[in-house]
Amino acid sequence: MCGAPDQDTLPALEVSAAEAVIHGTVVKDGSPLAGAYVRLLGSTGEFTAEVQTSATGYFRFYAADGEWTLRALAPGQSVDAAVTAVKGEAVSATVEVPA
Amino acid sequence: MSRADVLVDADWAEAHLNEPGTVFVEVDEDVSAYDGGHIAGAVRLDWTQELQQPEARDVIDRDAFSALLSKKGISNDDTVVLYGGNNNWFAAYAYWQFKLYGHDKVKLLDGGRKKWELDGRELVKDVPERPATQYQAKDADLSIRAFRDEVVASIGSKNLVDVRSPDEFSGKIKAPAHLPQEQSQRAGHVPSAINIPWSKAAADDGTFRSDEELAALYGEQGFDDSRPTIAYCRIGERSSHTWFVLHELLGKTDVKNYDGSWAEYGSLVGVPIQKDV
Repeated sequence: MCGAPDQDTLPALEVSAAEAVIHGTVVKDGSPLAGAYVRLLGSTGEFTAEVQTSATGYFRFYAADGEWTLRALAPGQSVDAAVTAVKGEAVSATVEVPA
Repeated sequence: MSRADVLVDADWAEAHLNEPGTVFVEVDEDVSAYDGGHIAGAVRLDWTQELQQPEARDVIDRDAFSALLSKKGISNDDTVVLYGGNNNWFAAYAYWQFKLYGHDKVKLLDGGRKKWELDGRELVKDVPERPATQYQAKDADLSIRAFRDEVVASIGSKNLVDVRSPDEFSGKIKAPAHLPQEQSQRAGHVPSAINIPWSKAAADDGTFRSDEELAALYGEQGFDDSRPTIAYCRIGERSSHTWFVLHELLGKTDVKNYDGSWAEYGSLVGVPIQKDV
C-alpha cells in the first residue's frame, strides 16, 4: 500500500509516539468540501503527500515534528495553510477555500 | 520517441473517447475510485490484485499478463491510454509494466484523474463490456527492470535516483505521509543515491513539467548522463513515474526501474544504508 488511502474509510484516529498526525477539514462557504485534493508540503515547500477529502471534507496525514504547509486544490483554486506538528500529538486544521 | 508518442492531454482524450482501437484504462490502488466515476468507456486495472502477485509482491508473469489483458478485452494492436489517481503513480507503473511485456502503443493521460476532476470533466459510472481477446505478451524486457543485486553493485557507479520525498530519503520518516509510519524496515537510502523527488517532475495538477524544465531539473541535481540509471522509491510506483520521465519523455538510455524499491532494500540484512538524521 502506497497510494493515498480513501479518507472515507480511515481507521479511528490513534496517535502513536512515533508520528505526528496532521488532520482537519476543507470547507467552502461554511460547508465541508468533499473531493478536494490536499497536499502536504515540507518545510522547504517540497511535496510530501496528497489525499482527497472524504464526504465530510476530512483529510489526515502522518508526519514528523516540524513546520508543514497544507495546500488545498479545488477546481480553479489553490489555498495554503501552515501547521506545526509534534510527534505523539494530532494537530487539527481547517482550510477554507474561497466561495 | 517524443512526448507526443507517450503522453496525451485531456483535450486529446476527450476527442478520442470512443475511437475504435483506443482503450482507456484506469489504474488505481484504491479501486473504489473507479466505482465512484471514471472516464467514459474506461476499463479498470486493480494495481494490488491484478498487476501484482499479492503475496510474492512481484509483478505478474508473462502468461498472467496475457490472460489479464485478454480478459479485459485489450488486444496487442490497441492503443492503451492509462490514467489514474495519485498523480498517475499507478498508471505510470502500469505503463512500465505494459512496456516490460512489449506492448508498443501505450500512452499516459497527462495529469490523470486529478487534472480531469479539477477541469470539471465528465466521469461516468457505466462499466463497459469488452469482448475477450487473445492477448500475447512478449518476454519481459529486463533492460528496463532492476533487481536488488544490481542496485547493490551499482553503488557509487550508476545514477541511483531515489524519488521519494526528502524526509523519506533522509530517514526522518519511513513512508509517505498519508500512511501510518510503523514499518519493520530500516529508514534511509542507498549510499550514493541522489534524491530527486518524483513530485518535482509534476505540477500541482499532476501534469508533467516541460521537457526543458525536466532536463534542467535532473541536470541540477547531479544526474550524470554518461552513466546508466536506476530509479527507486518505496514500492516502485513513484519510480515508474520518474522512469517515464527519464526514459520516455527525455529519451535517456539505459534507465531501469527498481520495483522492489525501499520495501525490499530497506528490509535486507547486510546491505549498506545511509541515514542522514
